[in-house]
Amino acid sequence: MMTRHFLLTTILAVTVSTPVWADKNPATGEELAANQAYTYWMLDSAKSLDPDLATSVEDADIIRSLVEGLYEEDAAGAIIPAGATSFDLSPDLMTYTYHLRPEAKWSNGDPVVAQDYVYGWQRLVDPATASEYAWYLELAQVVNAGEITRGEKPVTELGIKAIDDLTLEIRILAPLPYFPKMMTHQATFPVNKKAVDQFGAEWTKPGNYVGNGAYTLTEHLVGEKVVMTKSPTYWNAANVIMSPITAVTINDENAAFTRWQAGELDRSTVPSGQYPRLKAEYPDEISSNPSACSYTYIINLAEGKGNPGLHDPRVRKALSYALDRNIVIDNILQAGQIPAYSWTPGAMDGFKMPATDYAAWTQDERNAKAKALLAEAGFGPDNPLKFTMNYNTSEGHQKIAVAIQQMWKQTLGVEMTPQNFEWAVHTDKMHAGDFDMARYAWCADYNEASTFLDLWTSYSGNNDAKYANPEYDALLKDAKTMADPNPNYTKAEELLAADMPIIPIYHYTQVRVVKKDIKGLPTTNVLNTWYAKNLYRVAE
Amino acid sequence: MLNYILKRLAIAVPTLLTLIVLSYILMYAAPGGPFTREKALPPQVIENLRARYGLGEPLYKQIAIYVWNIVVHFDFGPSYIYKDRTVNDIIAQGFPVTLRYGTLAFFVAATVGIGLGVLAAIYQNTKVDYAAVGISIGAQVLPSFVLAPILVLIFTLWLGWLPGGGWEGGKWPYVIMPVIALATSYMASIARITRSSMLEVMTSNHIRTARAKGLPMSHVVIRHALKPALLPVLSYLGPAFVGMITGSVVVDMYFSTGGIGKAFVDSATNRDYAVMMGVTLLVGILYILFNLLVDVLYAWIDPKIRY
Amino acid sequence: MALSTIDRGALAARLASLDEVQGRSLWADARHRFARNKAALTGLVMLALCFAFAFLGQALSPHTYDFTDFKIMGHAAELGAPSFANGHYFGVDDLGRDLFARTAQGTRISLFVGVIGAVISVVVGTIYGAVSGYNGGRADQIMMRIVDILLAIPFMFVLILMLVMFGQSILMLFVGIALLSWLGMARIVRGQTLSLKNKEFIEAARATGVPTIVIIFRHIVPNLFGIVAVYATLLVPEMILTESFISFLGLGVQAPRTSLGALINEGAKTMTYGTLWQLLFPLGLFVTTMFAFYFVGDGLRDALDPKDR
Repeated sequence: MMTRHFLLTTILAVTVSTPVWADKNPATGEELAANQAYTYWMLDSAKSLDPDLATSVEDADIIRSLVEGLYEEDAAGAIIPAGATSFDLSPDLMTYTYHLRPEAKWSNGDPVVAQDYVYGWQRLVDPATASEYAWYLELAQVVNAGEITRGEKPVTELGIKAIDDLTLEIRILAPLPYFPKMMTHQATFPVNKKAVDQFGAEWTKPGNYVGNGAYTLTEHLVGEKVVMTKSPTYWNAANVIMSPITAVTINDENAAFTRWQAGELDRSTVPSGQYPRLKAEYPDEISSNPSACSYTYIINLAEGKGNPGLHDPRVRKALSYALDRNIVIDNILQAGQIPAYSWTPGAMDGFKMPATDYAAWTQDERNAKAKALLAEAGFGPDNPLKFTMNYNTSEGHQKIAVAIQQMWKQTLGVEMTPQNFEWAVHTDKMHAGDFDMARYAWCADYNEASTFLDLWTSYSGNNDAKYANPEYDALLKDAKTMADPNPNYTKAEELLAADMPIIPIYHYTQVRVVKKDIKGLPTTNVLNTWYAKNLYRVAE
Repeated sequence: MLNYILKRLAIAVPTLLTLIVLSYILMYAAPGGPFTREKALPPQVIENLRARYGLGEPLYKQIAIYVWNIVVHFDFGPSYIYKDRTVNDIIAQGFPVTLRYGTLAFFVAATVGIGLGVLAAIYQNTKVDYAAVGISIGAQVLPSFVLAPILVLIFTLWLGWLPGGGWEGGKWPYVIMPVIALATSYMASIARITRSSMLEVMTSNHIRTARAKGLPMSHVVIRHALKPALLPVLSYLGPAFVGMITGSVVVDMYFSTGGIGKAFVDSATNRDYAVMMGVTLLVGILYILFNLLVDVLYAWIDPKIRY
Repeated sequence: MALSTIDRGALAARLASLDEVQGRSLWADARHRFARNKAALTGLVMLALCFAFAFLGQALSPHTYDFTDFKIMGHAAELGAPSFANGHYFGVDDLGRDLFARTAQGTRISLFVGVIGAVISVVVGTIYGAVSGYNGGRADQIMMRIVDILLAIPFMFVLILMLVMFGQSILMLFVGIALLSWLGMARIVRGQTLSLKNKEFIEAARATGVPTIVIIFRHIVPNLFGIVAVYATLLVPEMILTESFISFLGLGVQAPRTSLGALINEGAKTMTYGTLWQLLFPLGLFVTTMFAFYFVGDGLRDALDPKDR
């Protein structure tokens, strides 16, 4: 009796505590720790776990664990097969055929079929869904995507078709070299129609969620945490090591760091301005990697709006030259950010960073040139340039604004008045053209330079500077179909440096602090795309 | 009295309607909307979104539909930001959290505060008084955004006694620091009001008479002085209780509690209209109820009070 | 009939003039008693010192509040500690700005905010609460439901609309503070009035035909001084901290100017990163000011308490 009982407990204990993947990483052979729970920090709560409705970085990080798309990114950002095993491209470069993985299953046990992708895509562009990423397929040139979102055509007209259960055909309007790269975004993920039909908007709640990814959703408490556990139905479950995955919402980065120090989090952030000091304290845990985002001040160039003084390109250039980016980076941000003398981050895949003229000068040369340009434009001690600069309330933006205000004051005698606004007010003023100069930042939607450069075309919906240069527009239109668009990108950047509608300040880095025993987090992926299923904790 | 209570509850209806209308107007007049994004959404997408949430209707109609849905279906609408949540879901998740730590904080603040205040008043101008006053001023000038990180530093990082955040359904270790962070400054205010009010009562004629009769101090305080001295404290406690159970942004932010305090501020910054209206209404209802309760208690403290 | 009206009017006038005499002596008495209260006097001196620091501090510093020293910027922990040698008596902030000058400038703004908030809450809150409580009935119902609505209304949007309509100005900050500060006071005063109005001396005044307005100002309000003084001193720190929130929305103090609330907030964020002075000096000044206000408020309460006469 005693023995039997003992045996039973042992068996139970073994099945519960010992991972089925034994204690070595099957891929690398490293010894694994017994504890494979992973807890990481999110700045803000996840807002939607529906691939068609998700908008934030936090949403995307979680969805990549719950749902698997056609392709995914490797540690360096290159694409690798995931839900699809391969794809073919037609000779006219306008039809893609994806071959789906036959063993892939939904968490309800159903096989993943081509129709699930068709459903997900049609749902994305359907006006009734009202997805904020409905434009993504239009950007990817998918046939009829824009017309359907505008309600001009039925969803069935979308350029996507299930040839059979495992073959998916996508038609696009014009050759688009980076189309396959765009297929790693959650907006292109399949969606399980059964779940949506059964639960409606609530299908993304724990218990209702049906995904085809490596994890299933266990808990989702807004403002507290999201918990995911390993999915037994995932086709590659044998190689998924960490579980459960917990994403904790902590809105304050100092609090987040303290909790990392206390051992409550495996991964967190480094509070701004504290990188050098903390890096010295935690050299192995803290790292800073390039990230596909740019920080800039945009200038209102709309006719009859903004500050007339700033409508003179000489003035804009003077301001840009006199802005000492190294001070912003070395003395304020201090986390290895890259000074920006052009708009697109150099880290973008395949992009050759152009050498804009002023990038090569010393700061003294820039200052001298700036003074000359400003004087040439008719501004001086008796006619000082005065304007306002809007930013949304945040300590970081404020510090940068104050420092830049002092630079311009001390070097040029320019009087810039920083004005902070609550976020929605700031954004509204910017979109409405009610500003002289405004803080702005942009992050890549996909890993190609056009995601940045398209922004300043006259037809872009986000060009709040209202920069309009036909030459610039033509360069970017042509670049779409070029085998190597880099020469056009370089020319476009040179135009931006000559007209200076925006003052690029820095390119972001992603700073993080990760426990030493966590492996598998990519460090060179500029979109910061990571997959929980690739992580593991080694034994110490 | 019952008559009065019923009358007050009846008046609550037009009061809440006024609150709804005013808040709607304020919300709509403020710049930005639920679909304001730094990466501006294409006009068509915004139109689809507005259609989906019925934001295209004229304002008076929206308000009418809103009220109708509440009265008939008890439906406060969907969140525009948290796509799989209704306002009911969000309140159902966040309110129990803040209700728990808020109620506890209230009892801590009220007990300690009234206790300190009474002690300070009885021993006016002695060391006890100075200590109580010192504690309460110290507590008052330590705002929760300073106190919260200090607590985490001490109890989580240095001592390792308490988790630095999270809620876990309100387990004890997770509740302690939010309660302290929230209760401290309220406690200080309660102590100061109690002390002052107590001093006033202690010098009044009937207490002087009672003491002249040679009744023991504790008897005088408990039987005669405390009740009338609580009147102004009660005026403070009513709104304070509502403030506490509807949570604190700072507490929710620092301790990842998932409470309604942060949800409300988020809904305001995100212009998540329905959630904001829902929480505003909840707060309004609570104010009306607890201010009514306070008025009822006034009559218990001072039976001469008539409304 | 007509005669009795005249009689009553004359009586009221006589009572009022009596009150005036008594009132004057009450003030003189109060002043005398305040001057004898050591704690209150100490508080007054402390308060004077805080004001002196706030208004003269910048003149004592070799630095201005907004000059950023690019050589120190970003190295506050190593180079920016308080020092008499370089004239940074309170050290520098993260941007290399002199904290002494900034604290002085911030204290000035915060004292304004605190005092104006307290004064408005005392004036508006007391009158509103006393009128509501004394009149009772329907007037009380309506006036208090208005307070309920104002307590519940999303205040952030009121502020944002003010910002949109009137633009950024420090005046709007004070209007915002004013709108917010009197609600709690009104409720407390009303509660006290409800109880006070049944007291014998009020009933006597009413019976002799003293007009309502006179009763409220002559008899009710003076008896509220104690609680009003205490609650007003409680409001000062609350308003000083509320200011940070209002400025956060873009309505109040604009960078590079600052306030005590903002300085404390910044200091609290970096307290574990080797720049503790960034928290301690502003917080210390805040604490000192609050103690000073407390002793003065407490002294006033003791001095004005009519029952102690």
